[in-house]
Amino acid sequence: MGRYWRTLRRFWGTALATQLEYQLNVVVELLAVVLSLGGSLLLLSLFFGPGRELGGWNWNQALIVQGFYTVFDGMTTAWLRPNLGAIVTYVREGTLDFVLLKPIDSQFWVSLRTFAPAGLSEVVLGLGLAGWGAHQSGVVLTPPLLVAVLLMLMVAAVILYSLWFLIAATSIWFVKTWNATEVLRAVLASGRYPLEAYPASLRLLFTLVVPVAFLTTVPAEVLLGRASLPLLALGFVLAGGFFAAARGFWLFALRHYTSASS
Amino acid sequence: MRIFGLNRRIVRALLGSQYAHMLEYRAEIALWALSGVLPFIMLSLWSGSDARAQLGLDGVALDRYFLSAFLVRQFSVVWMVYAFEEDALLGRLSPYLLQPLHPLWRYVASHLGEQLTRLPFAAGIAGVFFLIQPQAFWIPSLGGFLLAWIATWMAFAIAFLLQSLIASLCFWSEKATALERLLFLPFLFFSGLLAPLTAFPPAVQDWVRWTPFPYLIDFPARVLSGDAVNLAAGFGAQLAWVLLLLPLVLLLWRAGVRRYSAMGA
Repeated sequence: MGRYWRTLRRFWGTALATQLEYQLNVVVELLAVVLSLGGSLLLLSLFFGPGRELGGWNWNQALIVQGFYTVFDGMTTAWLRPNLGAIVTYVREGTLDFVLLKPIDSQFWVSLRTFAPAGLSEVVLGLGLAGWGAHQSGVVLTPPLLVAVLLMLMVAAVILYSLWFLIAATSIWFVKTWNATEVLRAVLASGRYPLEAYPASLRLLFTLVVPVAFLTTVPAEVLLGRASLPLLALGFVLAGGFFAAARGFWLFALRHYTSASS
Repeated sequence: MRIFGLNRRIVRALLGSQYAHMLEYRAEIALWALSGVLPFIMLSLWSGSDARAQLGLDGVALDRYFLSAFLVRQFSVVWMVYAFEEDALLGRLSPYLLQPLHPLWRYVASHLGEQLTRLPFAAGIAGVFFLIQPQAFWIPSLGGFLLAWIATWMAFAIAFLLQSLIASLCFWSEKATALERLLFLPFLFFSGLLAPLTAFPPAVQDWVRWTPFPYLIDFPARVLSGDAVNLAAGFGAQLAWVLLLLPLVLLLWRAGVRRYSAMGA
């Protein structure tokens, strides 16, 4: 365990050093993060007005959902995209061989090798926005509530990671399906808004098939103190199931990996 | 005779080869087409929301608007700056520069080839949409369809020129795609892809009309969906943006090529 921890520190230390080589880039990325959040808030505000709600959620409550969406968008930018997006290159160039030969778990290596610091600013901004929304909604943050929210955010992070990883791992067979993560990204964008704002058929899709609901709406409900226990249990079951599926699928895919030009 | 360096043989060779090239990547392009579902998600959100009344799109007009926005986006999407950055970084640009043809034409041809490959997938998605929402089905008049086609191509031309402008900056900076991200954000929010322009407060609308963004999605989509729209003002603005951007791109490109010293310099 200690070995993995030390390796992780090295991975991210070098990633940070590399990023700081491109300072102008960092400034542009930060500007993009702020503009993107501003645009999202403007778009969200279009749905609201005096006496208007979105699927039974008022402005402040919808801000929590938007905040959590920003957190997970940041997680995607910071970890999922740079790491899992590179798997297809390893397969095409055959450099996955070198990863598999290392005395460290290959899934750990391909999932956490690098990170993009710009995404972190999005995570921080998102948490701030969710906190502001909760404060305006009159939420009193007690320690048990905080633990519950953090647990649900972790469940959400596991689900998001597993979804991405499942798709990224298919590039062992089909190098060309890498773009499927763009489709996933488009579907996940629906998590910007509370689940109740969508028609019933889409709600079912977003809860069970692509569990977008557990990324943003459910943690927001927990924060507002109105989540039901069975729903939370379902979240844990889904997270466990998706993670086990991702792990199993990776091991299965590796058995079919026959190095470059396969 | 060559017009802008093109004659019929060159056009046919360029389009034919690029179309064949893109057909090889049809699986990828199908996924790209599918990743454009965002307008449909926004449609389901808008149609059930309290704020719908202010859009000025009643009944099926909203369904048609967002379907049209999806289609316009499918046929005006531009990725030129990414292809160009790779070509410039890897030095592939050098042989293109030696050819007696402006390299930008090569990128135009590959976009047109990609649009043709995309056509069946986009049509399929539109078909599924009509199966789910049969009451929204409509066939635009021939005149309306032709106008929408021209408007979409004009939108493509503006988007292509905007990206070429950024791509020309690749001659000075290796990371010009970061700038593309900054251009994409106002496009995303103000083009009409996520919300029709009429959803914004009047002050924002007045301001946005002076940018190229609403003419990239909102205007062509309204023409296609048969919405009442000021054709003269829309086409006039599109033409003005093309005429403004074209000389800028050519000037910047020429200055950039002078600076260009192939790979490793």
